[in-house]
Amino acid sequence: MSDIALSVDQLSKSFKIAHESIRRRAYRTLHDDLVSLPSRLLSRLGRNGRATSETFWALKNISFEVKRGEVVGVIGRNGAGKSTLLKILNRITEPTSGGADIYGRVGALLEVGTGFHPELTGRENIFLNGAILGMSRAEIRKKFDEIVAFAEIEQFLDTPVKRYSSGMYVRLAFAVAAHLDPEILLVDEVLAVGDIEFQKKCLGKMEDVVANEGRTIIFVSHNIDAICHLCSRCILLRHGEIEKSGKTSDVVAVYLGGGQQQAPVVNFKLANDEAGFQVAGLYDPENRPATSFNANTPVLMKCSFVVRRAIPGLQVSFSVFNFKGEQIFYSTSSMASPALPVESAGTHHVAALIPSGLLLPGRYFINLALHIPNVHLYDRREQSLGFQIIGSPGGYHGFPSEELGHVHADVQWRRSEESSR
Amino acid sequence: MRSVVTQAPAAKPTLRIRPTKGWAALNVRELWRYRDLLWILVNRDIKLLYKQTALGFGWVALQPLIGANILALIFGRIAKLPSDGAPYLLFVFCGLTAWTYFSNSMQRASNSLIRNSQLVSKVYFPRMLIPLATMFAVLVDFTVMIVMLFVFMGIYGFPPTFRLLAIPGFLLLMMLAASGVALWFSALSVKYRDTSYALPFFAQIWMYASPVVYPTSMVPARWHTVYALNPAVGFIEGFRWAVLGHSALNLNIFLLTIVMSLFLLFSGAFFFRRVERGFADVI
Repeated sequence: MSDIALSVDQLSKSFKIAHESIRRRAYRTLHDDLVSLPSRLLSRLGRNGRATSETFWALKNISFEVKRGEVVGVIGRNGAGKSTLLKILNRITEPTSGGADIYGRVGALLEVGTGFHPELTGRENIFLNGAILGMSRAEIRKKFDEIVAFAEIEQFLDTPVKRYSSGMYVRLAFAVAAHLDPEILLVDEVLAVGDIEFQKKCLGKMEDVVANEGRTIIFVSHNIDAICHLCSRCILLRHGEIEKSGKTSDVVAVYLGGGQQQAPVVNFKLANDEAGFQVAGLYDPENRPATSFNANTPVLMKCSFVVRRAIPGLQVSFSVFNFKGEQIFYSTSSMASPALPVESAGTHHVAALIPSGLLLPGRYFINLALHIPNVHLYDRREQSLGFQIIGSPGGYHGFPSEELGHVHADVQWRRSEESSR
Repeated sequence: MRSVVTQAPAAKPTLRIRPTKGWAALNVRELWRYRDLLWILVNRDIKLLYKQTALGFGWVALQPLIGANILALIFGRIAKLPSDGAPYLLFVFCGLTAWTYFSNSMQRASNSLIRNSQLVSKVYFPRMLIPLATMFAVLVDFTVMIVMLFVFMGIYGFPPTFRLLAIPGFLLLMMLAASGVALWFSALSVKYRDTSYALPFFAQIWMYASPVVYPTSMVPARWHTVYALNPAVGFIEGFRWAVLGHSALNLNIFLLTIVMSLFLLFSGAFFFRRVERGFADVI
């Protein structure tokens, strides 16, 4: 008995990148091929024709399995091969070698409004799109009202979709695909468009589908929030190869960490004979070393440093930077209350607790410093520690992290009386 | 939950994705499964063709009417080409009815894949449906011309005969040949964009190589076998025979036409299947 929905085996896809000037165009003309025919025949005969094209591997030996009812996220930077993978699974393009076995009916939502014709009305497009996705007319008729209701386009059913707003377009497209009842749904970056309310609705529908109907979803997205929210497992692609696959939080951590996993605890060589760091580390609330944290748990930073002889005014401080190198905040031991003096000679162990619900999902670095501010810097450790925050504080917001600013503010909202003029 | 229970023991994959090498099977069963889509695509093509044009279907009637009159003036009045005894305008309109379907479907199908590149590069369905849908959409034009042809017959006092019952048969033959040509050109035009530029020119030459403005009887009899390698000869002459009752068509030529049409259809379909796997990468 097999509960595999999809198994991909040694899948590879290559494209030829042409170098000859004629072939540099996306398509050829019959004229070009006829003119170059003699030389091509010659080079084939002689086997010594110079190489005119280079092979580019969009996917290289990809193997993975997806179980029935699993929601698997596929992440990676642009050009990592995510879309090519979905295109192969959806049979739009063929693999060069290897293959995939699919157990169940596949539905795909690869791009917004594909299969929609701008001149046709919403009603006509529902039938067109449904048929393209493999539904019969009878099936579409059965689901028609549900689709229209989900897309919230009742009034515009007989309007050509070219007059639709982009939001309406997405809603309609998602509604058709979501009601297709596929056993395996391939979804590519469609939630990037559309308003937040609808994004939430789509995510809700997808959750429903997974929880109640046991369907399998492969979800490609740049939206890490959505990935963390939906997927139990993730595959990280990099240059056409699987860099990491496994639990979403682990994979996302690698993705956000740009590939290099930083150690949670770092030892330092003493930088000088006045004062210097020895060891620094990050810990979760259970005091286990960690580099990835849930947004709703605090991050505990601990460090030890040696002070050879008493240094009046010495402070230990740290700054947190996001992955773009922007400073998020600064904190120093002199801010501590009750006071935390570190001036005396000896080895000091200090701990700083970064409160939960402050940092947005993303990758962060910590710079450490031992100094008398504006007077003397004894030891500085740049990007000595790194960590990731996973999941959003305050729940899913529906848009990419960049638009959320730098920190999460626990703003209190309420109804108010009319403001005075 | 029901679907989980019924689907779980599936040990055989529903779908195996593997690179295909060489020639691929036609997969007629899949085409049949997608017949609803074919029908919807046909409807869409028909709707789009005349949407937002001032004359709408008027164009369908006007174009061949003017075309036939010009041909009648040049080849009938000035060049005085024979017409096997029929009034020249009726003779040429009859040929034009069949030919227009053939050439329209050829030209419209040839860029159909590029027109639908959005679909081809984003969703899976049997690609063959796109050029095949145009075959049916162009039938609308053909129907209009047939009606006009009957009006002409009335004007020139040609009574309808039982021979008209053969028209569906010739129509089928015409569609087979046109589909074959359409599959060839639509597949070629994805790879070679200049196909659509060359095609009008090619269609013009093909028209003069077919008995549209002149009767087959003008072609020396010993060349008839070679002449009939052109599948258009069979259905155009067949058409004329059904309408005017006079034609140089004999059984040999007719059989040859059937063979050629089927050859075009199957070679086109296999060629299409062979190149379609690269469509999404180049379109």
